[in-house]
Amino acid sequence: MLKILRQMGRHEWALLAASIAVIICQVYMDLKVPDYMASITRLVETEGSDPGAVWQAGVLMLGCALLSMLLTFAAGYITAMLAATFSRNLRSRLFEKVESFSLQEMDRFSTASLITRSTNDVAQLQNFISGGLAMIIRTPITISIALMKITGKHWQWRAVTAGAVFIVICVVVFIIRYAHPRFRKMQTLTDELNRTMRESLTGIRVVRAYNAEAFQESKFDEANDRLTRNHKSAQLAMSVMQPVMRFTNNALNVAIYCIGGIIIASVAGGEDRISTFSDMVVFSTYASKILFSFMGLNFIFMMLPRASVCAQRINEVLDTELSLRNGSAAEQPDCPEGTVEFRHVSFRYPGNEEDIIRDVSFTAGKGQVVALIGATGSGKTSLVNLIPRFYDPSEGEILVDGRNVRDYDLQALRSKIGYAPQRAVLFTGTVRSNVDYGSGSVHHDVRRAVEIAQAAEFVDRMDGGLDARIVRGGMNVSGGQRQRLSLARAVCREPEIYIFDDTFSALDYKTDRILRAALRKETAGVTTLIVAQRIGTIRDADCILVLDEGRIVGRGTHDTLMKTCEVYREIARTQLSEEDL
Amino acid sequence: MAKNEYQFGQARTSGPVRGPMRVAEKPKDMRGSVRILARYLKKHRLPLCAAWCCAVLSVLLTLFAPNSLNRITTYIEQGLSSGWLDVNAVVSISIRVLLIYLFSSLLTYAQSVTLVNTTQGIMHSMRRDIDRKLSRIPLSRFDSSSFGDLLSRVTNDVDTIGMSLNHSATEIVTAAVTFLGVSVMMFAANFKLALISLGSCIIGFILMKLIVRKSQKHFVNRQRYLGELNGHIEEIYAGHLIVKSYCGEDTARREFSRLNNLLFEANWKSQFLSGIMRPIMDFLGNFGYVAVCVAGAMMAISGEIGFGTIVEFILYVKMFTMPMGMVAQSVTSLQSAVAAAERVFSFLSGEEMTDERGKKPLLAAAKGRVEFDHVRFGYTPDHPVIHDFTASVRPGQKVAIVGPTGAGKTTLVNLLMRFYEIDAGRILLDGVDIRDTTRENIHDQFCMVLQDTWLFNGTVRENIVYSRKGISDEQVIAACKAVNIHRFIRSLPDGYDTVLTDSSNLSAGQRQLITIARALVNNAPLLILDEATSSVDTRTEQQVQNAMDTLTKNRTSFTIAHRLSTIRNADMILVMKDGDVVETGTHQSLLEKGGFYADLWMSQFVSGEAI
Repeated sequence: MLKILRQMGRHEWALLAASIAVIICQVYMDLKVPDYMASITRLVETEGSDPGAVWQAGVLMLGCALLSMLLTFAAGYITAMLAATFSRNLRSRLFEKVESFSLQEMDRFSTASLITRSTNDVAQLQNFISGGLAMIIRTPITISIALMKITGKHWQWRAVTAGAVFIVICVVVFIIRYAHPRFRKMQTLTDELNRTMRESLTGIRVVRAYNAEAFQESKFDEANDRLTRNHKSAQLAMSVMQPVMRFTNNALNVAIYCIGGIIIASVAGGEDRISTFSDMVVFSTYASKILFSFMGLNFIFMMLPRASVCAQRINEVLDTELSLRNGSAAEQPDCPEGTVEFRHVSFRYPGNEEDIIRDVSFTAGKGQVVALIGATGSGKTSLVNLIPRFYDPSEGEILVDGRNVRDYDLQALRSKIGYAPQRAVLFTGTVRSNVDYGSGSVHHDVRRAVEIAQAAEFVDRMDGGLDARIVRGGMNVSGGQRQRLSLARAVCREPEIYIFDDTFSALDYKTDRILRAALRKETAGVTTLIVAQRIGTIRDADCILVLDEGRIVGRGTHDTLMKTCEVYREIARTQLSEEDL
Repeated sequence: MAKNEYQFGQARTSGPVRGPMRVAEKPKDMRGSVRILARYLKKHRLPLCAAWCCAVLSVLLTLFAPNSLNRITTYIEQGLSSGWLDVNAVVSISIRVLLIYLFSSLLTYAQSVTLVNTTQGIMHSMRRDIDRKLSRIPLSRFDSSSFGDLLSRVTNDVDTIGMSLNHSATEIVTAAVTFLGVSVMMFAANFKLALISLGSCIIGFILMKLIVRKSQKHFVNRQRYLGELNGHIEEIYAGHLIVKSYCGEDTARREFSRLNNLLFEANWKSQFLSGIMRPIMDFLGNFGYVAVCVAGAMMAISGEIGFGTIVEFILYVKMFTMPMGMVAQSVTSLQSAVAAAERVFSFLSGEEMTDERGKKPLLAAAKGRVEFDHVRFGYTPDHPVIHDFTASVRPGQKVAIVGPTGAGKTTLVNLLMRFYEIDAGRILLDGVDIRDTTRENIHDQFCMVLQDTWLFNGTVRENIVYSRKGISDEQVIAACKAVNIHRFIRSLPDGYDTVLTDSSNLSAGQRQLITIARALVNNAPLLILDEATSSVDTRTEQQVQNAMDTLTKNRTSFTIAHRLSTIRNADMILVMKDGDVVETGTHQSLLEKGGFYADLWMSQFVSGEAI
């Protein structure tokens, strides 16, 4: 938790110091109010005192109250500023950090978890600062100042106050020990309930087909019962708090008056009696303040662990060491544009025991089409991910245009490549902003790219054509259309090398065919690496690499592979008809 | 594997953040929803009323306490001037007040306990009702809307309702009683002081209202920008690969800091304004306190009242300012609860499948003759997609359903299983119109393997046996051996008792084999295979295919297929396009016809250069 404080800048420290100072003043003013009450009491009880003096005390008292309020405003302003500034800077630092991550770090945390950390965890911390910080500062200050005010008063009063504080502490401890863990467990149980329900939903066809409604229901009931039981015991524990608190506070009040009566009866002089009487009236006010401050501890203990978990999760991200080092070469070496060469490349994911790619070597010359085929898990995607340096190989080297990819400036390397992944990604914006993505000031021919990617026909039908809105996640276009726009993006930047990672399997055969023909015609001379599942897609490639468990087990054209490669033949057999074979 | 499995909409991590004050949702039809909610609460009315009675009684009791304290003070004050103090009277009143407080606190506790038990009971049965409802909703509703999204909200809604019933509902009652009671007591004690304390409280209340109205705007903004910023973060993180490979970091960063700054503004403003509420409440308390002290002191000096009255009023003012703030908050929270109830009830009152309790199951074990007789169907009645479909399938035949993506191949299966009801015509199973028997009875005649390999959290054995009763371990093992997954299962850490979770490392093929084993154990006379091999890699595909061949033996099967051999060997091929069945026949006859099927078939083989 304390580690997160390192993220605070000078500005935030100043705000924190200011808020502490302001809160001390405010509490002091707040606790000064009852003092005037004491003098008023004395005036009232002394025969023949001047009403003007009462007025004077009253005005001062009101002044203190007003000042206290204004100081609270100031403290509120400062803490709100502090919380908002801190969360803004923290969020922005997290975002920057995640943006600098390579896939390796993304995998380690998982995207969903990084999103939670950058959004929810930051918001939680912010709430903690804005809601809890003032309380954390105020509680000890109030307790100590109020204690100072009541020292020197009659010990009997202090004794009952101590007794009351003890009761409150007991309740707070009980709640922290008994109720808080149950509240923490609540989230897990709710997730479990939601999971069972989602399970029934995603499998609704299977559930119905197997007449398994009752089976699913019994699972749901079990989760529901567990959640309800936990809820109940947590809230029943909390139910103890309010009545006990109220009773303790009220009883303390009464006890102070009762004891006050007995003390006054025992002291002799009229002057002493009056001062004891006025002490009594204000003592009860201070005692309540102390009592309620201890109460506040409960909330602090409730919020603190949660905030500290969030802080820890955020620290984990910020402390991550980057695994990729940027190279420096930006200019072109003297070599035909668009060659890719693998030299004895092996790769394993961090933490895995086995290599996913084993000793792969091949060369793709300028303008060649190289296809990769193989079973799921044979390492096709991992292999192409090495070219734009999403990962670095564990052994061997990869050369683009004759230069090791590690030596390139990442931007320079990646701007050579037009990449379209398995699952198309679209961003909120327009068709144009998606196709022309990341180009900066250079303006490409968006229209042409859209036409080559066979997307023109549906883009024209969209409202606004190239400037039609794309909603979050591209949910307003179909899967096949998303895929075509993603391809258009790759075409648009006019790269030296295309990497199509299983981009075509979401398209129907016909579109697949027309698209590839258009690509071949319009962007001849661009080196292409295709990962595919369908033999039809890659049949006409210049070179097909057959991968099996990370190794190249066959290379050549379709016809040679049909003769020489058993794995390839097996794949072909499941996809082609007898005549084709 | 390092595939990015994150999808939009699925992992909703960024729920509304609970701030010190939330923006209230307004229900659409306040009165109607309140009425339905009231009806739902009717069976719990006894404990609810009891709880409220306890709350009211507890408040009423405490109302008498300040007056007793007044009397104690008066006794002491008398002692100050006269020199003799009636200690016994002081002690006896004190004990009486303590008892009153004790009793009142016990009542509050009783109220809490009753209310917790009741509301938890209500939430429990509400969740149960929602779950049961799930089994009675026609499948078409699941396909048509983002139903899953709505449903996960419904479970949150139940929590909102429960919370608000637990706190806000009683708070409003007790606050109202306190307000009225204290007013009455104050006016009875002293008219002038009562006016002064009441006046100062009301001024404060109006002030607070104004601030709330002003801050509402910032809260709305805050919620909006938070949503936008979180959306942006989600999108950029999920598209990390593209952002990186297209060097889109700068664009992303610019948008991020624009939104981040907007949020910053809304954040501190809303927080500051909500932070202001408390000091104002405190000041009001103080102001009332000061007003009572000064005015009371003047009156006491002139001998109009005793000092005890001042003490009494100090306590009244304290009792008074607390509930004011609570009422405002409770109203907001109740409003959200009614809006939540509205959604829950609109879900619960949604259309259901026809009640079939009157029907008898007519089929024992079907032989597997299926007839489609002039079937017409549309997702909306005025737009039929299947116009007039007639076909007849003999027992044991293999039927393949083919067509491009989105042609409605699954629709046919849905009609056959009676997931959807047809608009006209008949579907006969062994000569029985499927509408004449129960849905359960029809489902019993089918085993089903889908593209989406659905396994649930549970052991391998539970997943295979599923809802079947009286399946022995031998049967399970036999099925697994038949589909060639037995050895793999044995290699798992706990064999058949290994618990499968979302993170279990099963390949798509292995998952599919388990669902096929499930279908085998189910052992029904008809079989539906819905693109069962399309997500399976080529290595396991052969294995899965063999398993499915085992499954098809001696069964009438309907296969939605990609795989060429399945199509070629089928006894009947149904070709679908734009939702309708356009051609029917065998592979050979359809090829000779040279229609849509022939076109589809040929397009798979012609390579790029051929056009």
